[in-house]
Amino acid sequence: MNEDILKRVQANPKFAELVQKRSSLGWLLSIVMLAIYYGFILVLAFSPATLGASLSGGVTTVGIPVGIFIIVSAFVLTGIYVRKANTEFDQLNQQIIEEAKQ
Amino acid sequence: MKSWMKSTALASLSLLPAVAMAAGAIDGDVQKQATNWTAIIMFLLFVSGTLYITYWAARRTQSASDFYTGGGGITGFQNGLAIAGDYMSAASFLGISAMVFEKGYDGLIYSMGFLVGWPIILFLVAERLRNLGKFTFADVASYRLQQTPVRTFAATGTLVVVALYLIAQMVGAGKLIQLLFGLNYSTAVILVGVLMVMYVMFGGMLATTWVQIIKAVILLSGATFMAFMVMASVGFSPETLFQKATEVHAKGLAIMSPGKADPIDSISLGLALMFGTAGLPHILMRFFTVSNAKEARKSVFYATGFIGYFYILTFIIGFGAIVLVLNQPAFMETIVKDGKPLTQLLGGNNMAAIHLSHAVGGDLFYGFISAVAFATILAVVAGLTLSGASAVSHDLYASVIKKGKANEKDEMRVSKLTTLALGVIAIVLGLVFEKQNIAFMVGLAFSIAASANFPVLFLSMFWKGLTTRGAVIGGAIGLVSAVVMIILGPAVWVDVMGHAKGSAPFPYKNPALFSMSLAFFFTWLFSVLDTSKAAEEEKAKFDAQFVRSMTGIGASGASKH
Repeated sequence: MNEDILKRVQANPKFAELVQKRSSLGWLLSIVMLAIYYGFILVLAFSPATLGASLSGGVTTVGIPVGIFIIVSAFVLTGIYVRKANTEFDQLNQQIIEEAKQ
Repeated sequence: MKSWMKSTALASLSLLPAVAMAAGAIDGDVQKQATNWTAIIMFLLFVSGTLYITYWAARRTQSASDFYTGGGGITGFQNGLAIAGDYMSAASFLGISAMVFEKGYDGLIYSMGFLVGWPIILFLVAERLRNLGKFTFADVASYRLQQTPVRTFAATGTLVVVALYLIAQMVGAGKLIQLLFGLNYSTAVILVGVLMVMYVMFGGMLATTWVQIIKAVILLSGATFMAFMVMASVGFSPETLFQKATEVHAKGLAIMSPGKADPIDSISLGLALMFGTAGLPHILMRFFTVSNAKEARKSVFYATGFIGYFYILTFIIGFGAIVLVLNQPAFMETIVKDGKPLTQLLGGNNMAAIHLSHAVGGDLFYGFISAVAFATILAVVAGLTLSGASAVSHDLYASVIKKGKANEKDEMRVSKLTTLALGVIAIVLGLVFEKQNIAFMVGLAFSIAASANFPVLFLSMFWKGLTTRGAVIGGAIGLVSAVVMIILGPAVWVDVMGHAKGSAPFPYKNPALFSMSLAFFFTWLFSVLDTSKAAEEEKAKFDAQFVRSMTGIGASGASKH
């Protein structure tokens, strides 16, 4: 990458906006995922009976829907990020690249 | 609080044996079974199909870029399937369903740890990786650092992980094939070795990816059919499935709840699974096969979906096996273990999914699933071999020995020779380790990936202050501490070396919590203490790296768009 392009990108307020938006979404979703998973691990470690409780009187326990929820949440969170990144962030990125080439 | 801390050393954490199980699909001695012709014919069909693809791919594999990345033209969807395929090894298909079969709910917990790493990889790593790298993750780690030390370190990390993983797969393959096909152990190991070399040497990344995609599709289809048949047998009511399972299982209602787990070991295992994934070289290299960051993102999205779906299927399959296979005389055998008779599944609990295929689909489907299990091993070892070959030819030969001045023809020749060498090494190690307890190896591979590769890769992209000295020393400390802690821990000290239970100097089976912390700390420390002129220059290059990692300006392959 030549120096001119680098300087132009760095000086572009859109670049700061892109970095800010993308990083905050990335970290936010990461924290959500970690909180869900490690929250689960902590319940597992300190209060396993909570997960072993019957869901609605039958043999199915609370842990089953919780487990399915964690698997689905991983998929949904990636979906949210990809949607946002492939539309909004990529558009912004495209503008930055074009403006840098001028 | 105290009581569980005390019991940790002794308690065998319910989650942990799963890593062991995932290592070799089959542990311990197995009996050679009668030759299974349906399975062999189906497997031959798979092999001829994939060899045809290799022939097709070979004609398109001309340049180094073709060899390492399939020319960068794989779509996000295809790559997502291939990544999912790398994850859905025979070990995780048979191992996780066996764990559900044995312990019920705990099997689900284990698969979650494997899955939740993916969103993190997407949010923090995937795009930057694609924008900065070309062929290997060392490209990214050494982007602004000194090539020779950092690439040597990264290639070492890659080869160690690949070797451990390969041994586990080869031994698992040999035993599995003995059971399923009635072939000799050594015949099976040699067959796997020869086929994987052919795929990689002639077809490069393109063939490796397509073999993985085809396998992923047939494995997902087969598992879907099995889960469907299980649900059909209980009138599509999960409650009925669980009800019937608790009635016949020796542990009764306990299979519906989590077992005992030690918090430190659980968290440590969670870290190893989560960040180990982000440090596995054969997974990371898949991000270079797509054309840009957008496709890289999509691949993680699809991969997460397929992997999550697959784990839900294995959960149903495990419970289905309890209901339809357990205690059915046709699937049980009585063996003598430690002098006592023991009634178990024919061939061991890892065969739960295989027997279930017989129960729900008859001989033909049983043959199909057996062939799929074999195909799965082939696809995974091919990816591992390619990753090892890239580390040698691209990182060590072209960048370290030839200082970036190797011509492409020579580099290709080195990568092909390395592939051949890796094939021979894999076969030899597979034969040597036949009778060894290799259960700890995949756990060790994950711990090393999380403690050596991941910290260096992550800090190189996120922290301006990282210097060559910090990366190499910190990464090496991560690698060595992971190895030492595993050896001094119960997985090797007790299970392999045969010392008394509870005597292991390091009390946890999973070292990642400690070895990762050490790696991060020392990488930071030696970077901060590094006041050399070179370090100043490396820090100064961060801004340009950051802009490229964010925008993809100058990224390899980006010119096509």
